[in-house]
Amino acid sequence: MQEITRDTLISRAKELLASGEVDRVYGWKRGEFCYDVTPALFTDAESLEKDFEWGDFCGANLSKYLVEETRKSEGKILVFMKPCDTYSFNQLLTEHRFDREKVYVIGTPCAGMLDPKRIRDHAESFTSVVSDENGVTVSTLFDGDVKLDRSEVMPDRCLNCKSKKHVAYDELFGEDGGTIASGRFDEVEKIEKMTPDERFEFWRGELSRCIRCNACRDVCPACTCEKCVFDNPNSGVENKAAENSFEEQMFHIIRAFHVAGRCTDCGECSRVCPQQIPLHLLNRKFIKDIDGFYGEYQAGAEVGSRAPLVDYTTEDIEPSDAVKGGDENA
Amino acid sequence: MSISKEPYRPLIVAFCCNWCSYAGADLAGNNRLAYPADVKIIRVPCSCRVNPTFILRAFQRGADGVILCGCHPGDCHYTSGNYYTRRRMALLFSMLDYLGIERERTRVEWVSAAEGAKFAATMNDFCETVASLGENKRLEDLRCKK
Repeated sequence: MQEITRDTLISRAKELLASGEVDRVYGWKRGEFCYDVTPALFTDAESLEKDFEWGDFCGANLSKYLVEETRKSEGKILVFMKPCDTYSFNQLLTEHRFDREKVYVIGTPCAGMLDPKRIRDHAESFTSVVSDENGVTVSTLFDGDVKLDRSEVMPDRCLNCKSKKHVAYDELFGEDGGTIASGRFDEVEKIEKMTPDERFEFWRGELSRCIRCNACRDVCPACTCEKCVFDNPNSGVENKAAENSFEEQMFHIIRAFHVAGRCTDCGECSRVCPQQIPLHLLNRKFIKDIDGFYGEYQAGAEVGSRAPLVDYTTEDIEPSDAVKGGDENA
Repeated sequence: MSISKEPYRPLIVAFCCNWCSYAGADLAGNNRLAYPADVKIIRVPCSCRVNPTFILRAFQRGADGVILCGCHPGDCHYTSGNYYTRRRMALLFSMLDYLGIERERTRVEWVSAAEGAKFAATMNDFCETVASLGENKRLEDLRCKK
C-alpha cells in the first residue's frame, strides 16, 4: 500500500486545481507552533506547497466550513476528511445545509489525533512531534527528546474512536476501516453511578470553569443555525454571569440539547474548550439515552436518516420512566 | 433571602396545553375542586410548544417545580405534538438527573379536558412533593432574585 503523506495530498490537490475540477481547497494550515493547526482555504498551488499541513494535529473537522464556503461561488471545493468528519458531513447533507455537488471529498486515513494538552503533561515546552508505528517522539526545549506511547497523548475522542470508516467520499486515500465498538459510554456510566449530590458537585466543578467563549458552539458541526438563541441579549445566558449560578448549566444543557439526535460524537466541543471541560460527556449522555430509549442511532451514518427527536412511536418511554434507570444506580 | 416568617410555599409553573389540560383546569374550577394557588398556569397551544429552554428558564427565574400537562398520547389536537414532547422531555429529564438535579422537580402529566379531578389531584400531589423538597437551590440564578 502506498504510504499517505502530506505530499500525496498536496500533489493530488494540485492536480485537481490544475484540471479545473475544483477551484478551492479546504485543508489545514500550520500556525506558529506545530500543534496550532487551523482550518484554511487554499486557492493556488504555491500556497498549498507553503502552508498546507497534514499530520497529528489536524483534528479540526472541516465539514462545518462548507456551509458558508459553498454559498460563495459556483465552483467546487476540495475538502479533506478523516473518518469521523464524514459523519458530520453526512449529517449536514441530511439537513440540506449545503450542496453535495459543490464538494469533492478526499477521505484521509486517521490513526487518532494527538492532544497538545496531554503532550504537555508529559513534556513541557515541546517544539516538534514526530510519530510513527512505534510511538510518538516529542522534542522539547529543555528535556531533550521524550518517547511516548501514542495512547498516552491521544484525546479522549480518539481513544474511544467510534469508526475508522469513511461514510462519504469521492476519493479515498489509504484503506477504509470499520466501525469500532469502543468504550465511549464508560465515562458517562461512571457519572450515572454517582449519587445526585456527587453528580451535581462534579458538574458544577466542571461547568463553573466555563468562560462562555462560545467556542464549543462555534465549532460544532451540528450547530449551524443562522440565528442562535445564545446571541439573544434577553436570553439571560448571553454572557458569563459574574457569580456561580445556574447560567452555566443552562447554557450547556441547551447547547447539548440543541444537537441531541444530530450530534455525531465528533468531540470537537471538548477539543476546542480552552478550559478543558469534558463537554462531550453531555453529548454522549444524550446519545446513550437515545440509543437506550429509541434504538441505536448514529447521526450521519447515512444521508437522509430521520433523527430521533423529529420522529416518534406510539410506544415511547414516558418521561417519568426515563429517569428511573438512575434510581437503581443511585 | 427574605426573613419573613411566613411558611414556605413552593412556586410551581404549569405549562398546560390549550386543548386538554387547560380545559381540565377549567373543569376542576367549575367543579370546585381545590388545588394550591402556588400553581401558576401558562397556557400553550400544544405541549409540544414547550421548548426545554422554557423549563430551564422557569427554574432560573425562581420556580421550585415545573410541570408540563398535555393531551393523552394519541389524543393530541394536532395529531402528534405530544409524541414529540414525550421524547424531548424524556431526554431533558434524564439530562437534569445526570447533572444532579432532583428529578421530582419536573414532571409530565397527561390530563384530558374531562379530567378535572385528575388535574386537581395531580397539582395537589406535585405541590406536596415539591414543598417537601424545599426551595430550589440548584437551578436558581441569583441575578433573577428580586
